Amino acid sequence: MYDPTVARLTYRGLLGRRRALILGVLPVLLIVLSLAVRSFSGADDQVASDLLGGFALATMVPIIGVIAGTGAIGPEIDDGSVVYLLAKPLKRPTIIFTKLIVAIAVTMAFSAVPTFIAGMILNGNGQQIAVAYTVAALVASIAYAAMFLLLGTVTRHAVVFGLVYALVWEALFGSLVSGARTLSVQQWALAVGHKVTGGDLVTSDVSLPTATVLLVVVTVLATWYAGQRLRSLKLVGEE
Amino acid sequence: MTTLNIDHVSRWFGNVVAVNDITMTIGPGVTGLLGPNGAGKSTLINMMGGFLAPSTGTVTLDGRPTWRNEDIYRHIGIVPEREAMYDFLTGREFVVANAELHGLGAKAAHRALATVEMEYAQDRKISTYSKGMRQRVKMASALVHDPSLLLLDEPFNGMDPRQRMQLMDLLRRMGDEGRTVLFSSHILEEVEQLAAHIEVIVAGRHAASGDFRRIRRLMTDRPHRYLVRSSDDRTLAAALIADPSTSGIEVDLAEGALRIQAVDFGRFTVLLPKVAREHGIRLLTVSPSDESLESVFSYLVAA
Repeated sequence: MYDPTVARLTYRGLLGRRRALILGVLPVLLIVLSLAVRSFSGADDQVASDLLGGFALATMVPIIGVIAGTGAIGPEIDDGSVVYLLAKPLKRPTIIFTKLIVAIAVTMAFSAVPTFIAGMILNGNGQQIAVAYTVAALVASIAYAAMFLLLGTVTRHAVVFGLVYALVWEALFGSLVSGARTLSVQQWALAVGHKVTGGDLVTSDVSLPTATVLLVVVTVLATWYAGQRLRSLKLVGEE
Repeated sequence: MTTLNIDHVSRWFGNVVAVNDITMTIGPGVTGLLGPNGAGKSTLINMMGGFLAPSTGTVTLDGRPTWRNEDIYRHIGIVPEREAMYDFLTGREFVVANAELHGLGAKAAHRALATVEMEYAQDRKISTYSKGMRQRVKMASALVHDPSLLLLDEPFNGMDPRQRMQLMDLLRRMGDEGRTVLFSSHILEEVEQLAAHIEVIVAGRHAASGDFRRIRRLMTDRPHRYLVRSSDDRTLAAALIADPSTSGIEVDLAEGALRIQAVDFGRFTVLLPKVAREHGIRLLTVSPSDESLESVFSYLVAA
């Protein structure tokens, strides 16, 4: 199911100089913000939770997920170089699964790791806040990577759609319309994070069982459908 | 022995018919797929390579369908027309990756790079390669697994004459080894130099098939039209019409030129400068007026 060569090509494409820079901007910003907040207001659990929930999980994780998820396959489909993967005796779902693993790993590395570091800076993991948001970021990374990888196989404008989902749906509607929150990766991840802290600082509108089921269903369905999309991908020539 | 069978294949995109009921068999040796731009060559090659489903009809390789059949790629090597090819890798890394995807190792990659004579630049990034170098590395990636069928979409596009010669030698060698090699081109001379067997596609239809000499004859035997301006049009016209290679001449007063129809292309091209010299006439313009590929092809379709 996992092909190391496909993984290597995907990593190198994803972590090329320019994209790695883009991936690095938000985590650096998060850590700089955390340092500033800590030095101005000292260790404060509520502030730590607000920053990690409001910026790290609500904004940074989905955006990193968009860049890594769509970037793991979109550019190859766009420029046609995916033909070198497709013209091989390689099952299409293997290609998708491998790319998913890479997208998840990159999303986790650029979102969960900085979230943890920021949490430690903000309040030294007081009330398990750093760990809770890190776990939430890890969980969200999986679902986002799968969703945005699928998006990369569906449309040439995957980044735009991905950002619209991440910023408009998750961030805007999520904060205004309560129904939207049930269908939000962020809320599902928060439900898992809540389980870790047990306190009131990390809360979710969705119960843990619902969140778990939805996370699994979305991840599996998106991955399966991306494999189907790749099976019937038409490479249109220059004509 | 690998044979590619295209059986009553059509492909349409919405209302546009790109390939229209084509039936052909491609066997060992080098076959040229000739046709003007937009004729449906790429669509057909995409279907041969299993990247596009025929709307109707079947494409099979030794009896096995090429569409949705990943196993077929053990036998097919593909050189796509598009340029993109993981430019951030070196040539060697790229070919090694292609070998690995076939379950092969660096040795196969090295052999393929040697075949296309790209060892000298294998450690440079692909992004620094010239068009011809890219083409050769693409070739190497298609050859790593020693395929019995090679499909090349416009492989000579943008190559300089020396690179073109090298690639032609290589393809000829592949054909001589008993591989089935099919390449597409919209340039008559390329196909003429390389392929013994030709399939001609015009506007999605299979226009002609067979031995190159027959098709070439069809193409060169057609009447050629020229527009000629000279220092003395009427004297030149009188001298030319006396020769059987010319079947008609019109003095176009508005253009101030002669419109000449030649039936024997070879003889006419020798005759014209000779006659001009003998009569002390200066030739100011000699331009073929129907040499566009489309006119050649439409003549072929009518023939």
